[in-house]
Amino acid sequence: MKKKKYLFLIVPALLLSAILYNCSNSNSAGDFSDAASKVYVAPGTHDEFYAFMSGGFSGQVSVYGLPSGRLFKVISVFSQNPETGYGYSEETKPMLNTSFGFVPWDDAHHPVLSKTNGEQDGKWLFINGNNTPRVARIDLTTFETVETIEIPNSAGNHGSPFVTENTEYVVASTRFSVPVPQKDVPISSYKENFKGTISYIKVDKNSGDMNLAFQIVVPGFNYDIAHSGKGPSHDWSFFTSYNSERANTLLEVNASQNDKDFIAAVNWKLAEKYAAEGKGKKMSAEYYDNNYDEGAHKAISKKMNEALVLDPKECPGIIYYIPTPKSPHGVDVDPSGEYIVAGGKLASVIPVHSFSKMIKAIENKEFAGDVDGIPILKYESVVAGEVQNPGLGPLHTEFDGNGYAYTSAFLSSEIVKWKLGTWEVVDRVPTYYSIGHLMIPGGDSRKPWGKYVVALNKITKDRYLPTGPEVTQSAQLFDISGDKMKLLLDFPTVGEPHYAQAIPADLLEKNSKRIYELEKNKNPYALKGEKEALVERKGNEVHVYLSTTRSHFKPDNIEGIKVGDKVFFHVTNLEQDWDIPHGFAIKGANNSELLVMPGQTKTIVWNPQKEGIYPFYCTDFCSALHQEMQGYVRVSSSGSNTKLLFN
Amino acid sequence: MSTKSRILVLISAVMLLGVFFFPIWKIDLVAPQYPEGIGLRIWVNQITGYKKFDLRNINGLNHYIGMKTIEPESIPELKIMPYIIAGFILLGLMAAALKNRKIVAAWILLFFIALGIGFYDYYMWEYDYGHNLDPKAAIRVPGLTYQPPLLGSKQLLNMNAQSFPDIGTYIIVLSIMSAVIALYIDKKSSKAIT
Repeated sequence: MKKKKYLFLIVPALLLSAILYNCSNSNSAGDFSDAASKVYVAPGTHDEFYAFMSGGFSGQVSVYGLPSGRLFKVISVFSQNPETGYGYSEETKPMLNTSFGFVPWDDAHHPVLSKTNGEQDGKWLFINGNNTPRVARIDLTTFETVETIEIPNSAGNHGSPFVTENTEYVVASTRFSVPVPQKDVPISSYKENFKGTISYIKVDKNSGDMNLAFQIVVPGFNYDIAHSGKGPSHDWSFFTSYNSERANTLLEVNASQNDKDFIAAVNWKLAEKYAAEGKGKKMSAEYYDNNYDEGAHKAISKKMNEALVLDPKECPGIIYYIPTPKSPHGVDVDPSGEYIVAGGKLASVIPVHSFSKMIKAIENKEFAGDVDGIPILKYESVVAGEVQNPGLGPLHTEFDGNGYAYTSAFLSSEIVKWKLGTWEVVDRVPTYYSIGHLMIPGGDSRKPWGKYVVALNKITKDRYLPTGPEVTQSAQLFDISGDKMKLLLDFPTVGEPHYAQAIPADLLEKNSKRIYELEKNKNPYALKGEKEALVERKGNEVHVYLSTTRSHFKPDNIEGIKVGDKVFFHVTNLEQDWDIPHGFAIKGANNSELLVMPGQTKTIVWNPQKEGIYPFYCTDFCSALHQEMQGYVRVSSSGSNTKLLFN
Repeated sequence: MSTKSRILVLISAVMLLGVFFFPIWKIDLVAPQYPEGIGLRIWVNQITGYKKFDLRNINGLNHYIGMKTIEPESIPELKIMPYIIAGFILLGLMAAALKNRKIVAAWILLFFIALGIGFYDYYMWEYDYGHNLDPKAAIRVPGLTYQPPLLGSKQLLNMNAQSFPDIGTYIIVLSIMSAVIALYIDKKSSKAIT
């Protein structure tokens, strides 16, 4: 009897332990006992890396610290930002001008840091606008956008802005092929009329100023992602393409028929030579180049009317197609510049091409036909090896500088670590969930800092506290300093981080500006001191030269404004002290407030529509008497005789 | 006067040239909001910030307590002091050239008198800035004045004012010490001879 009683107890005990075991694993928690100390950045101390993450549909760039995953700043790039007045202030509105007019948003995908000798140099960050084809340049001393340039003859600037080895060029390629030049044709005439373009934007070595150098017209595939060569492959860039079927409807099926699509290998050095020799054709093309002058705190739009276009038929040797399995997505060049890794969205292997084999194949004319005159190289002649069993849906690869590559696999939701040369998979780790890009600091450069890999995931679901149907996007930090990848941290991100890049903090930290020098402020409406504060009427335009300093505006009482006036508030922050911005906000403003940094001038237009008294005030808590930092504007009827007064 | 002494007096005089290249006094303000530091450097001929815009920023902060703006251009002492130092250099050179013990002694005495006057004058400026406050200032704490210490530190609201000599003063001290030693050695050697 006794024995039986105990047996009865065994069953519930087993059940209970099974439940407990299951609970402990349900969050895939694993052992994080030492993870906390690895990502802990003590109060008052700094992170080891800056990470720049694209905002995707937010159109912006966010700046994070690694390993802490702390958010520092959201840089306004393609989208208006009413917090600061970006895209609303008179000085920054030109940044969003395009040949389609004012486009105050975009879809920003790939932040790419400038490089010298293939290594990050900490000068600029570039990012593409996918929707209305653009590339932006961000100054890494101010962390502000200083240039946006539109790409003509393009639709969907996805394969961009990957830089060449010395940032000679930033590249751009069309995700959507369209008629070049644009024209009204039946969509069904795709095969006949639609073309792609691959563009090279020259970057001035000193100023960073971008100018469209030349465009290569290519067959109407969908061009996807790019990377430029380094070392031996310095002269080349590589662009993946899909839809070599040239389908114009239901691409998910019709563009997935061919066994292999292509990587376009472009010899930009040769293209540059052809362009210089006058082999290109000047084509009328309307686009905008917008530059923000940090001395004048003011952007100017330049309308451009021409693009230099190269036709591969007339420029032999500038482009070759490398067959690559199943709708390739990412294309990544290893630190040595020899291996070109492709990620086939639907492929079961990762093909790795060899640059030296490619050159030999070109020399020996090992071609398997051509597309519109562009030679197709033989796959076997170029491929160096295939990584077997690399996970399902391999997308992107980064490198750790120690002979290993890390590939993201979207469908199997994992990072796969494999060895260059032997192509064997040595480790794999799950990501939560459905990883897109991945990033190792410097992982696409000649000098990666192979300490961490960040997974940029597409699906978040249950990883955080739920916030209704829309949940945050998510990044995950892994330690890759050992043989095995170890998950350290999940952290939420702004918008959708497609790609990201990271750089050691000490390369940027020392150059980060604290203030703008007031003496060097060349804005035409700048004030150098509060004695210069002024209100001026010119017809129905009123210019208020407004100074801000702790804790008052000058002037702070303004009378004589009339309904129907166009009032320009030119706000100068006279402070020269670190971290003392002032805000400017007026009741009922239909555009935005302003956030003005020390030594900076910004202008916002106000159209008063009703008589009365309107308060304005500082929106950035600047000092103990911040609440006192306010003023009044008296608005009289349009026909009134109220005198213009200010003090 | 012995050669050794003459050389020391010469060093005393020449060393004073350094006073033109380094501040003589520093006032640092230590506050939680200023991890990067903020302070003033007082030179024989000017007042500057520890960092480029510190003087401007300190004046900005001082307006809350109603302190007068510190305007180096309007402080006459900053125009006179360089001539006084130059005078001491010349007098020292003269003493070395004339091998005159009495001039050296007078030089030391005069220097002490000048320093005494200097400190008194400096104290009076500090007193004026600290006490002569705008009665309409935003922050008025009954009984609290804002005179920084002549030497040492003092808490003034959220700021800890730390006032200490800077390199220029150390040069002056070394210069005087060198002159005193010169006189002492010379006395000894002349005694040994007699």
